[in-house]
Amino acid sequence: MAAQEVASQPSDTLTTLKTESETLKTKLEEERAKLHDVELHQVAEKIEALGQFVMKTRRTLKGHGNKVLCMDWCKDKRRIVSSSQDGKVIVWDAFTTNKEHAVTMPCTWVMACAYAPSGCAVACGGLDNKCSVYPLSLDKNENLAAKKKSVAMHTNYLSACCFTNSDMQILTSSGDGTCALWDVESGQMLQSFHGHAADVLCLDLAPSETGNTFVSGGCDKKACVWDMRTGQCIQSFETHESDINSVRYYPSGDAFASGSDDATCRLYDLRADREVAIYSKESIIFGTSSVDFSLSGRLLFGGYNDYTINVWDVLKGTRVSILFGHENRVSTLRVSPDGTAFCSGSWDHTLRIWA
Amino acid sequence: MTINTLSQDGVQRQQMPCLTKMERMIISMQDPDMGIKLRNQRLLITVIPHKCSISDEEALHVGQLFVKYGYIYPLKEPRNLILKADDSSYRFQTPYYWMSTRWPASELDYAIYLAKKNIRKQGELIEYEKECYNALHKRINHTWDFVVMQAREQLRASKQRRKGDRIVLECQEQAYWLVNRPPPGTQDSIDHGPERRTTNTRVQLNSYHNHFYVKYCEQYQPHDPIMQGCLPSNPWITDDIMFWNMNSETVALPTKLRVERWSFSFMELLNDQMGRKEFLTYLEKEFSAENLCFWQACEDVRHGETAKIPEKVDEVYKQFLAPGASRWVNIDSKTMEKTLEGLKRPHRFVLDDAQMHIYFLMKKDSYPRYLKSELYKNLLARAIVPQETKKSVFPFMRRQRHSSPSPALATQTAEDDGKAKKTRIVTINNIKLKLNPIRKKKRFWDSQIYK
Repeated sequence: MAAQEVASQPSDTLTTLKTESETLKTKLEEERAKLHDVELHQVAEKIEALGQFVMKTRRTLKGHGNKVLCMDWCKDKRRIVSSSQDGKVIVWDAFTTNKEHAVTMPCTWVMACAYAPSGCAVACGGLDNKCSVYPLSLDKNENLAAKKKSVAMHTNYLSACCFTNSDMQILTSSGDGTCALWDVESGQMLQSFHGHAADVLCLDLAPSETGNTFVSGGCDKKACVWDMRTGQCIQSFETHESDINSVRYYPSGDAFASGSDDATCRLYDLRADREVAIYSKESIIFGTSSVDFSLSGRLLFGGYNDYTINVWDVLKGTRVSILFGHENRVSTLRVSPDGTAFCSGSWDHTLRIWA
Repeated sequence: MTINTLSQDGVQRQQMPCLTKMERMIISMQDPDMGIKLRNQRLLITVIPHKCSISDEEALHVGQLFVKYGYIYPLKEPRNLILKADDSSYRFQTPYYWMSTRWPASELDYAIYLAKKNIRKQGELIEYEKECYNALHKRINHTWDFVVMQAREQLRASKQRRKGDRIVLECQEQAYWLVNRPPPGTQDSIDHGPERRTTNTRVQLNSYHNHFYVKYCEQYQPHDPIMQGCLPSNPWITDDIMFWNMNSETVALPTKLRVERWSFSFMELLNDQMGRKEFLTYLEKEFSAENLCFWQACEDVRHGETAKIPEKVDEVYKQFLAPGASRWVNIDSKTMEKTLEGLKRPHRFVLDDAQMHIYFLMKKDSYPRYLKSELYKNLLARAIVPQETKKSVFPFMRRQRHSSPSPALATQTAEDDGKAKKTRIVTINNIKLKLNPIRKKKRFWDSQIYK
C-alpha cells in the first residue's frame, strides 16, 4: 500500500470504524436483551422485606496521622492492616484496638494494602509504583522495613493488591492501565493483563472452585474479568458512567458488584454476561469509593465520598439504611472474613468497625 | 482525580459528576415556583425540596455538602462552613463562583483578593492570610505590580456600586476563598486524590435475572451474622469472643451451623479445615483418600513458590501418577497422557487438568456419599447449638477485651520447633505469652470447649 494513499484516508477510516463499532455494540445489546426474562427485583418481590436496620460503630481505630486509603482483614477475623496518605501502614488487633505493627513506607499515598492468608505478612504500595511485602515480626525491636521485599514494579501508581490463595503470589493493579501477577519470592512477573484503556483502580479475586479468575475496574468505566493462566480478558462490562473505584465478587462467585464515581453501585451476572441491578438514589450524588457484600450476599455495603455508608438490599434494589459517623470521605470498606462486622476507613484519619 | 481536564485530543472529560448533580439541585432549589422560599436578600433552608423521600437527617447532610462545596454560604458566621438546622440565614452562591466554573482557584486571583483586603484593612490581615500574602508576594513577585494594580482597580470599581450590592459581592468572594483556600486547621473539603487520566466510552443498560440469587441468599441467611445475628453473640457487640473460640479450627466439637454449611457445596466443605479433615477420614474408610491428597498437592504446586515447582511436580508424579505409585490416582487415560507429556517441562499449571478431573470426581461421587454417611450424620447430631449470651445489662460494665496470639507468632513458634511451615494450628502449650503486659493478668481463652 502506497504511503500517500494511507495518509489521505486515516480520519475517514477512523470515523467509519467508530460508527461501525457503535452499531455493533447496539446490536450486541439488543441480542442480549432478547435472552432475558424477569428482572431481579421483580422475583425478589415475594421475599420478606428487611426490617429496621441497626448497625453502630463498635470500635474506632485512631492512630493514622492522615487520610486512611485502604484496609484489609486478616483471616483470623479480628486483625486488620491499614494504610494512609502519610506513608504509614499499621497492623491492628481491631477487637482490642491495639496497634501491633507499624511500618513507614518511603512514599506517600499508600493506596493499596493486603494481609497475607497466613497472617504472617502484609503487602502495600502506592505512589512508589511498587508493591512490597513486609513479613510481620513480633520482635518489638526489629525494624520491619529491614526485611522488606520489593515484589511488583509498575510504571505508575499501585492502586490495589491482593494475595492469591497463598503467601507466594500477589495480584496487583496500577495506574499504568495494567494488572499483573507476581511471584513473591523471586519478584518475577508471572502474568500481565492488558486491556484497560486507562488507570485500573481496583480488583478482586474470584471465590470459584477452580480459582482462576479475577475482576478489575478502571477509569475507562470498564469492569473486566480475566483468566489468570492465559492473561486473556474473558468478559467485560461497560455500563457505568464514570470511574469504577471498587469491585467485589458476590459470595458464590457468579456475579460481582461495582462502585463508581457516577454515584451508583451495580451488580453484574457472569453467566448472563450482563448488568443485573443498579443501586442508586436521587439523593445520592457523590461517588462510591468501595463496596462489599455481607456473608449471605443479601446486603451490599457502599462507602461514599459524601462521608456516608449506604446499605443496600441486593435482591430488592432498595436502600435499607444509611450510616453516618465518618467526618470525611469513606475510602475503603471490607466485611470481615466471618461476616460478623465490616470495617470502614476514611479520610478523617480513622477506621471504624460496624456491627 | 481531576475535576475538568482537557485530554490530548481536546475532549473535555468531567471526573467529578457530583458537581453537576449538586448544581442541578441548587438550580432547582432556586426555582421561583418550586424552590425554597426566599426573603429579601436572605433565605432559609429547612428542607431540600425533592420528589424522593429522604429523612431530615439525610436532607441536612446533603445541605452540609452544599455548604462545604461553596454552593451555599452562611451569613452570620461565614468562617464556619456548616449547615445548622435552625433559622440562621444562608445565601446561594453566584454561579460565577461555582466550583465547576472556577477550578482550580487561581493563585493570581487569590493574590489580588488578599491585596484588596490588605489595602482595605490597611495591613491588618488575619494571621494565616498574612502568611499566604507574604508567600505569594515572594512566589509571584514578577507580577506583583499587576496584582496591586488589579486590586486597586477592583476596589475603585466596587466603591461605585450600591452599598447593598457591594456587601453581597464581598460576601460571595469571601465565601469562595474560604472554600478554596481554607484556613489552617479547618477541613479542606475540595481535597481530592491523586491525578487520574481517562478516556471516553459509551454506555448501555439492560437487566436480566436468575432465581439463583434469591435461593443463595435464603440458604446463607442463617449464617450471616449481620443479617441474623450469631450465637452465642457477635463479639464486636458484646465483647465476648466465645463465637470465635467455638468456631476455631481446632475446636473439639463444631457448631451445628458450621457442619450444615458443609452440605451447601463441595467448596464449603474443602474451605473449612475441619471439614476437610472429616472428609479425609471418610475417604480413608473408602480407600480413596489419595484423591484428596493429590488435589491438595496440586493446590500447593499452583499457589506455591515458583522456584520449587519442578521438585514439587516431581514429588507428585512419584507419589500419585507414576505406574505402581503408592498413592496412585485414577485419571482417565487421555488426561493422564496429556499430563505425563506436560511433566517433561513442568510449569505451574501442568497438573491443572488432572487436578480438575479428580476434583470433579470427588464432587460428583465421594462428596454426596459423605453427606449421607454415618460419619457426617453423627457429627451433625452431636454438633453444638450455642446458648445466646445477652449483652451486659449494665452498659458501664464492659467485658475485658482479650488479646489473641498473633498468627505471625504461631508460625514463628512452629518453625522454631522444626515443624513444617504450613502448620497453622495454634496449640496453647507451645505459645510463649508475649502479650501486652496490661492484658497479661487474665487467661485469654474463656471457653472451656477449647482444647
